[in-house]
Amino acid sequence: MTYSLLIPILMTIVGAATPILLAALGELVVEKSGVLNLGVEGMMLIGAVTGFAVTATTGSAPLGVIAAMIASAASAGLFGFLTLTLTANQVATGLALTIFGIGLSALAGEGYVGQTVDVFGSVFPASLSEHPTLRVIFGYSPLVYLSLALVAAVGWFLSRTRAGLILRAVGESDLSAHSIGYSVIGVRYMAVLFGGAMAGIAGCFYSLVLTPMWAEQLTAGRGWIALALVVFAGWRPVRLLLGAYLFGAVMTLELHAKAAGFSLVAPEFLAAMPYLATIAVLAAISARKTGMSLAPACLGKPFKPSS
Amino acid sequence: MSDSVQHRIELKGITKAFPGVLANDAVSFKVKPGEIHALLGENGAGKSTLVKMIYGIMQPDAGEIIWDDEPVMVANPKAARKMGVGMVFQHFSLFEAMTVLENIALGMDGSYSQASLEEKIREVLHAYDLKLEPHRIVSTLSVGERQRIEIVRALLLEPRLLIMDEPTSVLTPQEVGQLFETLRKLSKTGCSILYISHKLHEIRDLCEAATILRGGKVVGECDPREETPKSMAEMMIGGNLKQISKAKTREFGADRFVADGLTVPGEGDFGVALDDICFKVRAGEIFGIAGVAGNGQNELLLALSGEQPSSNANAILLDGQPIAAMDAVGRRNLGLCAVPEERNGHGAVVDFSLTDNAILTARERMGMASSGILKGGVATAYTSKVIDDFAVKTTGPGSLAGSLSGGNLQKFIMGREILQDPEVLIVSQPTWGVDAGAAAAIHQALVDLAENGSAIVVISQDLDELLAISDRMAVINEGRMSKTLNVGEASIDEIGLLMGGVHGDPFATAEMTEAVHVH
Amino acid sequence: MFIELEKRKEPSKAMLYLTPVLAVVATMVAGAIIFTLIGHDGLGAVRKIFLDPLLDTYKWQDLGVKAAPLILIGVGLAIGFKANVWNIGAEGQYVMGGLAGTGVALATWGMTGWWILPLMCIAGVAGGAAYAGIPAFLKTRFNVNEILSSLMLTYVAIQVLYYLMRGPWKDPDGFNFPQTRLFTDDQILPTVLTNTVVHLGVPLAFVVAIAAWFVMTRSVFGFQIRVVGAAPAAARYGGFNSKKTIWAALLAGGGLAGFAGILEAAGPFGQMVPQFPTGYGFTAIIVAFLGRLHPIGIVLAGIILAVTYVGGELAQSSIGLPGAATGVFQAMMLFFLLATDVLVKYRIKLASPAKAGDVA
Repeated sequence: MTYSLLIPILMTIVGAATPILLAALGELVVEKSGVLNLGVEGMMLIGAVTGFAVTATTGSAPLGVIAAMIASAASAGLFGFLTLTLTANQVATGLALTIFGIGLSALAGEGYVGQTVDVFGSVFPASLSEHPTLRVIFGYSPLVYLSLALVAAVGWFLSRTRAGLILRAVGESDLSAHSIGYSVIGVRYMAVLFGGAMAGIAGCFYSLVLTPMWAEQLTAGRGWIALALVVFAGWRPVRLLLGAYLFGAVMTLELHAKAAGFSLVAPEFLAAMPYLATIAVLAAISARKTGMSLAPACLGKPFKPSS
Repeated sequence: MSDSVQHRIELKGITKAFPGVLANDAVSFKVKPGEIHALLGENGAGKSTLVKMIYGIMQPDAGEIIWDDEPVMVANPKAARKMGVGMVFQHFSLFEAMTVLENIALGMDGSYSQASLEEKIREVLHAYDLKLEPHRIVSTLSVGERQRIEIVRALLLEPRLLIMDEPTSVLTPQEVGQLFETLRKLSKTGCSILYISHKLHEIRDLCEAATILRGGKVVGECDPREETPKSMAEMMIGGNLKQISKAKTREFGADRFVADGLTVPGEGDFGVALDDICFKVRAGEIFGIAGVAGNGQNELLLALSGEQPSSNANAILLDGQPIAAMDAVGRRNLGLCAVPEERNGHGAVVDFSLTDNAILTARERMGMASSGILKGGVATAYTSKVIDDFAVKTTGPGSLAGSLSGGNLQKFIMGREILQDPEVLIVSQPTWGVDAGAAAAIHQALVDLAENGSAIVVISQDLDELLAISDRMAVINEGRMSKTLNVGEASIDEIGLLMGGVHGDPFATAEMTEAVHVH
Repeated sequence: MFIELEKRKEPSKAMLYLTPVLAVVATMVAGAIIFTLIGHDGLGAVRKIFLDPLLDTYKWQDLGVKAAPLILIGVGLAIGFKANVWNIGAEGQYVMGGLAGTGVALATWGMTGWWILPLMCIAGVAGGAAYAGIPAFLKTRFNVNEILSSLMLTYVAIQVLYYLMRGPWKDPDGFNFPQTRLFTDDQILPTVLTNTVVHLGVPLAFVVAIAAWFVMTRSVFGFQIRVVGAAPAAARYGGFNSKKTIWAALLAGGGLAGFAGILEAAGPFGQMVPQFPTGYGFTAIIVAFLGRLHPIGIVLAGIILAVTYVGGELAQSSIGLPGAATGVFQAMMLFFLLATDVLVKYRIKLASPAKAGDVA
């Protein structure tokens, strides 16, 4: 009895955690290079609508995901052009990107509201993916497994590869990296585009896996939670994984409490839970003095080589 | 390394212009293999721009770089390293939160395994008798150790030309001696060294040839061993050195400014704690505080100026009144003014007009505000007076602080504080990055202020400056202050040892200095 | 060829004022092209959105009513942005201000007196300021990034609104609709021009903007805000407390957003409804930037953004342009402003890579 309840709860947690994990992983790389892109929410929405539209048109979900990655990366490229090439304020540009993403996705998605699409098939045979118990391991969209693989890949890239070392160096001291001869702007463009592509996959996860449908502001502020998650994780991929699942659990609590007719507190309070939890966690993390030393030293500062 | 070439590097007519400035104007000179060649000039003479072009960070507008008798184009630092050019930057190109090993790996162009790189680093450290721990995080290292990272990074490339940009400005006299040993060893292997400095006695000790730059042009060449510091200085500034006029016999008043057991905990990851700082400054006296960068000077300035108030009000006394618990405004109202080391963004707001920068610190004392409303006319008049009295070169009170040259902005900041007629003035690095003319003017203004009865504290890394203007001095090391010395009686060696952290034992050796430093 | 930036010796004053105009013009041109490409009447859309509201004098009253909250919130946000305090949760503070004022309205329902409306306004300002006080407290006490906390609180504020509408504050005679009673005559803002919808809040917004302009340019407080934003270390050196400044900036922003909230509730809405948050708090961010963080500029920018709102509705009803198009136009305006901003401090040069080998 409790068992039959537990499996769907666990699976919902994974579902809630995966998109914020994907988006946060992308943002982590962006921030490690010293750039703060607050446009995650906007990029996710652009990815969500693109993925949905392409899947609805072609019938291929993988094609939808790829299109979403390209579209979101393109919007990230716009952010990069403004902040890196034209040295615009990163905070303001990120906000503009979010406002733009909300409007553009609503505009582009108008014709798709109310439609549904064929979702992803399972990666594993039905005997596993639909097994009453084992589906808790094998019963997810391929994007879930992709997100886990990407955590490992990003962790390895940042700590073990030379390219990762260079990326961290650029985020740590852009002027030093420049004087040694690395292309600060080039590295940051790559990071920003990667962050965009990741936000694109994250957006798709809502429109192609979780719902699967398109509605205005489908991501409901989860992009901002992804940003908070990067701070929570102290810019470390493995802690990001833990944090995402913790947040997933908080969000799932809301859903299941609602479904179970849990009436001690107002449903509005449960709906506000993820946001309140985020604030509480940020307060706990930020209060520790040492935690911030992991933040890349150049985060959010425009690179201006003094000729 | 055998060398058949006649010259390691030759520059022919190198020219580089920036908006409004001709940084290098047809600069030409030659460096032989194994030669230690000085590039001498004041701040703003164009030395840094020139070496940045040799190292490929920027490209000349015109002119030719000839390497081993062949014309070359240095597209970027990587190309420079491939040719065999190594560089040690004045402002280190290091990454604070990373290890020594990672920092060195970032400066290497090939891909090395961590183990093989560490092996190579240890070989170099051994060959040049240098001490450095590869797994330490840079932010935990002393300035001297940080410089060693840069040097090891350059040595690993087996350079044939090593560029050193103002390498001794952050070292104790003993560390300077060690550095010179390393450089001499290196030059014996055939590596040429281009040594950039404005410290004349060092150049006389180390270099065999010198090229002198002024205003972006080569104004002379000499063999420093055959020159006097005075003759080189005159070539460098293009005129006679101005002497500070200071009355020989001076009467000092009562203790005007006293630090008595000032203790401040270190802030953040990189802060230095101040430990029981005690000193006294009499009316009419200039008190110098020497020390190597990063030993608590910034923290001391913040604590003395009131930017970082203390809970123990009696730790600082002004004319006997406890003021340590007061904030900066409270202290300024009592007559304590201060000038921090960093001009841009601390002593002045670069995006603000000079008038707004006057309001920043002079609004209370000079009556620029009443009941919360600013009086623009008063502020502008005061700003104009500062500009006139201190000969600040600018278009007027409305121009932005950021549009002034470093020396002019420093004169403005000093003037802004001095014309407030302070009882006590605390200054940090008053002539850092300032040309000789402005430096002389600033020194004279400090001496004059002292002669009017103010107590002045000068925190500086430039020993020569302190010896020239202060009456008594002390040394700060790792947040602790040495005993007070009478200038004129203290030897450079003694001060140098104090800077390295050896307290009170004049016979301590350089090795001991090193030992204290590494713990 | 690539773009090369050459720093100006001093920022260009001309460009400072010219770039917002450039941004609006660029938005019109780019908008026309983009909407034509995706199959709408692009030129018609631009004309409807940007010109018709200005040409139709009957629409001017709507412009005033839409511009008032944008100006109020924009002025408040600009104070924060000047101090480098990134309050982007004005939408939540606006909702909370509206709710606080509504609370007074519901508590005084059935009473009469001139004092009720001012009391509602005070409650609105206090509610918005108190809600902005949360990120201020978190920032100064725990060093929590105010961007994230203020935004998260917006989502929370909307849930609070839903809760009150569905539960305690629901109109008892309202057929179970989730909304409050209609405010009484003493709780509604009077109109200042007869036979129009222009309510007292519109002139108030202009008065507030002018007062803010005076404070920001002439007072020690305004100076403090500017120094803390431009150079925190210099501010400390000048004796300004950065924590106090963060508090002041957030309370000012929240207070003005809350004021806008109660003026909307007691003005156009006349009651509190779940549809109360209309995005003014976010659009005001664009207003603040387009107005160059200068109160008088913000008045102009508020009017421009009001034009796009009114024009957007016109285009929706007349040529069937989707409602989301307005948001796209507004975001494009901010993008173009940020892009052209570079012209203030830099000169743009199109350059080919320098040839170092050239011998003079």
